[in-house]
Amino acid sequence: MNFAILQFPASNCDQDALHAVKDVLGHSARLLWHKDHSLAGFDAVIIPGGFSYGDYLRTGAIARFSPIMQAVQAFAAQGGPVLGICNGFQILCEAGLLPGALIRNRSLQFRCEHIFLKTVAHDSPVTNQIPEGKLLRVPIAHGEGCYFAEDATLEKLKAGRQILWKYANADGEETDQANPNGSLWNIAGICNETRNVAGLMPHPERASEPVLGSADGRLIFESLVSWLQSKVAKAA
Amino acid sequence: MKAKIIVTPKKAVLDPQGKTVQNALAQMGYQGIGAVHVGKYLEIELPAGDKESWRQQLEQACHKFLSNPVIEDYHLEIE
Repeated sequence: MNFAILQFPASNCDQDALHAVKDVLGHSARLLWHKDHSLAGFDAVIIPGGFSYGDYLRTGAIARFSPIMQAVQAFAAQGGPVLGICNGFQILCEAGLLPGALIRNRSLQFRCEHIFLKTVAHDSPVTNQIPEGKLLRVPIAHGEGCYFAEDATLEKLKAGRQILWKYANADGEETDQANPNGSLWNIAGICNETRNVAGLMPHPERASEPVLGSADGRLIFESLVSWLQSKVAKAA
Repeated sequence: MKAKIIVTPKKAVLDPQGKTVQNALAQMGYQGIGAVHVGKYLEIELPAGDKESWRQQLEQACHKFLSNPVIEDYHLEIE
């Protein structure tokens, strides 16, 4: 499989995402500069974390107008899988590819720690290989990761099984204490209605091999690969 | 001509900055301080021209880019 990993000015998790996909999973991947226009030949897009455009105005607000984001809009409209991690999630929300917004953490602190991620919908391109009941231990590193959406949007997300991940404690309980940023309903990651665009605040690429302290994040990339492979098999 | 735009968090959105400033003011001894909302102020210099046309264009820019309607309200003035 061939992954495109986008690079904006001040992206800083692009190399980590590249390493996870290329070196850890053994798939081909290439960095694409934000001024590129084409995603031809790519099977999936990863929008990595960072502080694109210095988080000026709002997180992700300026990156969404980059030329490559026009290509991402078209890619997503054709059903291509897109995964936004941290700043990538913020960009996807600003671009209108995912509902809601990410705002300043409730604590006002930049939170940098490992958390437990509970997968609440396993039927998506990025969660299908995560075993039922398995909690993912992955790091977060953000100051603006508090997920907000209007009540009607939240209800729609729930009804459509678009909430993919929630923050939980070590026992899998979605408590307020386990919520590192004040996200409504402990939401850590969601997908769009057609399920091919997903975003999450935690960093699976920073937990993709045992040497990093956890390899749980790998399951998210493996899910994406498995979904792409089954799509190819169906098309054949 | 100048456009002045004030962007504030929507009332329904958690505003921890506003809350923290409110608490700090109370601690400083300012009695009876109500809710504080921390927002942004943008000033845009415009060439002389049709004010109404600028208003329409900037309303669009506010909606599409300068504010995020999911979490923010804006107030636009041109003078």
